[in-house]
Amino acid sequence: MATRSAIDPAFLDNDGNPLFHLGEDPHHPEGSSTALGFWIYLMSDCLIFACLFAIYAVLGGNYAAGPGPRDLFDLNLVALNTAMLLFSSITYGFAMLAMEKDKVGATQAWLAITGLFGLAFLSIELYEFAHLIHEGATPQRSGFLSAFFALVGTHGLHVTFGIIWLVTLMVQVGQKGLIAANQRRLMCLSMFWHFLDVIWIGVFTFVYLMGMLR
Amino acid sequence: MSAHDHGHDHDHGSGSHGTMGSYMIGFGLSVLLTAIPFWLVMNQTFANPQVTAFVIMGFAMVQIIVHMIYFLHMNTRSEGGWSMMALLFTLVLVVITLSGSMWVMYHLNNNMMPHMEHDMSQMP
Repeated sequence: MATRSAIDPAFLDNDGNPLFHLGEDPHHPEGSSTALGFWIYLMSDCLIFACLFAIYAVLGGNYAAGPGPRDLFDLNLVALNTAMLLFSSITYGFAMLAMEKDKVGATQAWLAITGLFGLAFLSIELYEFAHLIHEGATPQRSGFLSAFFALVGTHGLHVTFGIIWLVTLMVQVGQKGLIAANQRRLMCLSMFWHFLDVIWIGVFTFVYLMGMLR
Repeated sequence: MSAHDHGHDHDHGSGSHGTMGSYMIGFGLSVLLTAIPFWLVMNQTFANPQVTAFVIMGFAMVQIIVHMIYFLHMNTRSEGGWSMMALLFTLVLVVITLSGSMWVMYHLNNNMMPHMEHDMSQMP
């Protein structure tokens, strides 16, 4: 047919029929787009936290004649908590540096220390929550407390899943060593972990420190 | 993703993980930027709480940028600029969400019964 002969042979298959897609998928090395994809996931997670921060900003003053931030928060505890998360961030950094030097033992050790700091953070947070609930400051008590537990609880849930992920990766590194796929996974968890620390900066500033100023 | 397994990954992967030096600088800065706001609030350095609020918000903003640069290794080049693009887009959405919510809901309690809080506090 006349129309077919006018088509560039590169867009025809072996039988001379036109192709409506690329003859061969462009080659990307495995995992080359993981970092960007994971970054975009983190950005969507950031929007979840933005909504929770907005809720806290709107409802944070509605105490319903119940306890306010000044009656409830203990800044020493929050400072300790913040220190735990900061330490876990730098030890994760050390794990990444050890990974780059292909030191399996050092990577595992720093990951374990990171996990312990993460567990310490969670334990302190759960202690704080238990203390609040024991005092009757439950999420049902007021709009302020609902928003507080939703925001800080969601962050704590992220840290929990981060620790589960970290343990999973330690098992994988133990079994397969620092292969390219495991390095990629460690890099994703690194972004996740540091991202949670960034969210915590917002939490301790807007919820705890500004709460004490009200 | 290490530099030696895929030559060209280094360019558009988030290849740079930073060095010991850059992690320590980031850590030092973030300790400082965390400690000062806590100290300001705990010691009530400024008599006006509004001043303290603005100052600690400034510290938080600087600390977020420090974490982005030294821990998350953000720069305008990684992923051919797309991660910075995604970050800027997210920032725009975050600002709209936060400022929009606070603006729209500013009058949330205007039509509430007067002295309602007082009445509630008398309840058992």
